[in-house]
Amino acid sequence: MIEEIITSGRMNPEIDPVLHVWGWEIPFYLFLGGLAAGILIFSAYFTLRGRQDELPIAVKWMPLSVPFLIGIGLISLLLDLSHILYAWQLFTNIRWESPMSWGAWTLLIITPLSIAWIAIWMEDIFPKWDWKFDEVKTVVKWLKEQRRILAQILILLSIILGMYTGILLSAFNARPFWNTSILGPLFLTSGLSASAALIAYFSKTELEKRLFTRIDIILIGIELFMIVHLFMGHLAGTQVHIQAAQMFLGGAYTVPFWTFVVGLGLLLPVSLELLELKHKFIPAIVPVVLIIAGNLALRFIVVSAGQASRWLY
Amino acid sequence: MRYAMAVDTQKCVGCNDCVVACQTENDVPIGHCRDWIVEVTTGTYPDLGLEIRSERCNHCANAPCVRTCPTEASHYAAGGIVLVEEDECIGCKACITSCPYDARFIHPEGYVDKCTFCIHRVEKGQNPACVSVCPTHAMIFGNLDDPNSDISKAMATRKWKSLIPEAGTEPKVFYLL
Repeated sequence: MIEEIITSGRMNPEIDPVLHVWGWEIPFYLFLGGLAAGILIFSAYFTLRGRQDELPIAVKWMPLSVPFLIGIGLISLLLDLSHILYAWQLFTNIRWESPMSWGAWTLLIITPLSIAWIAIWMEDIFPKWDWKFDEVKTVVKWLKEQRRILAQILILLSIILGMYTGILLSAFNARPFWNTSILGPLFLTSGLSASAALIAYFSKTELEKRLFTRIDIILIGIELFMIVHLFMGHLAGTQVHIQAAQMFLGGAYTVPFWTFVVGLGLLLPVSLELLELKHKFIPAIVPVVLIIAGNLALRFIVVSAGQASRWLY
Repeated sequence: MRYAMAVDTQKCVGCNDCVVACQTENDVPIGHCRDWIVEVTTGTYPDLGLEIRSERCNHCANAPCVRTCPTEASHYAAGGIVLVEEDECIGCKACITSCPYDARFIHPEGYVDKCTFCIHRVEKGQNPACVSVCPTHAMIFGNLDDPNSDISKAMATRKWKSLIPEAGTEPKVFYLL
């Protein structure tokens, strides 16, 4: 039996008894970042495949939301900073070892690129759109010519953006629950799944709806596999990792995680989507709301659980 | 030069003098602390063991806080002391979550704060405040690279441990057993 008593001093708020420095801002941003990344990946990928006219919602319409998603995400990130007036310091350094630095720089590049990407499609989605100034028309014409290169860059940057939302957490060895490299791919897949669900919901044609429903089913399958893998990895790890996994296997996070993330966020919507493919009537709003809520729940629970897990000494 | 600290667990009585000295010397805001006392009781009554430790930032040689800081606010200063540059800290708290010792906290003014090994005193050849006030002389501060320093001698002749070296942090606060 080991009993540890901190007799003094450790009255640091937000650290004792359990670390709680990251509240709602970080998981909310991770969700928006993942969603923006997913939307851009689908749009750029199907452009490269030359299917922009077949899949107008995915390729042309959904990117319209990206600058807003990133913008709201950035506001919530800034709200989290406790020394906010110094935020510009992020852009005086490139720190290769710091995922936070990677994220800041990726966002700095991907935001204008996503706006350029939207500009390419403006005349397609709004036939009466007029850029008014000749200079802008020239730039947009040039961007259209560079469409394929831009799409390739966007895919690369979006994968970094989607992965980094998980790697940001997995880089912290001090929080055993986060310290698994599967969080990167898991968050990327989950962001892709949320955007596929949104595309399927908004799409007007049967072809696009069915394609993205099918893609979403596959992505949810991969996500479930990764979640199993996450716990397998932890359970095969050291005592601190086993203890971190046990928070989800009987501990405080068991009910919220398996109910809201796995049950209502993955298993139920995937079943509904399978029924939809079999032409059963399912109100289209139901799976998409469940998936988005599950996506949010995943990030909130992972961010909170990581801060509750720690090394033992 | 590699500054390090050793705490003699055979001498430490957990009086908290080091904590108060630090708070006074460094004007640590009320309700926060840069060092603290941990008492660990092991065993089952009546066969009990007790270890008392004065803990603080371990000034790790492979510091996760320096690694995850996006702005280089967390950095290694002279002698491997890990410091936070207030004007470069954006308050993202990545260093707080990356420290396995939970040694950092947010100063009410927004930046991240922690033990500095009292670098302002060390530069003048003095001991850190906690070391200088310890009534049982349980703490030794010095240069590990100097084989004649008190800390090098203590580490050579005594059994010692550091906290969770398996976290890969290469801590530089040692506990003499």
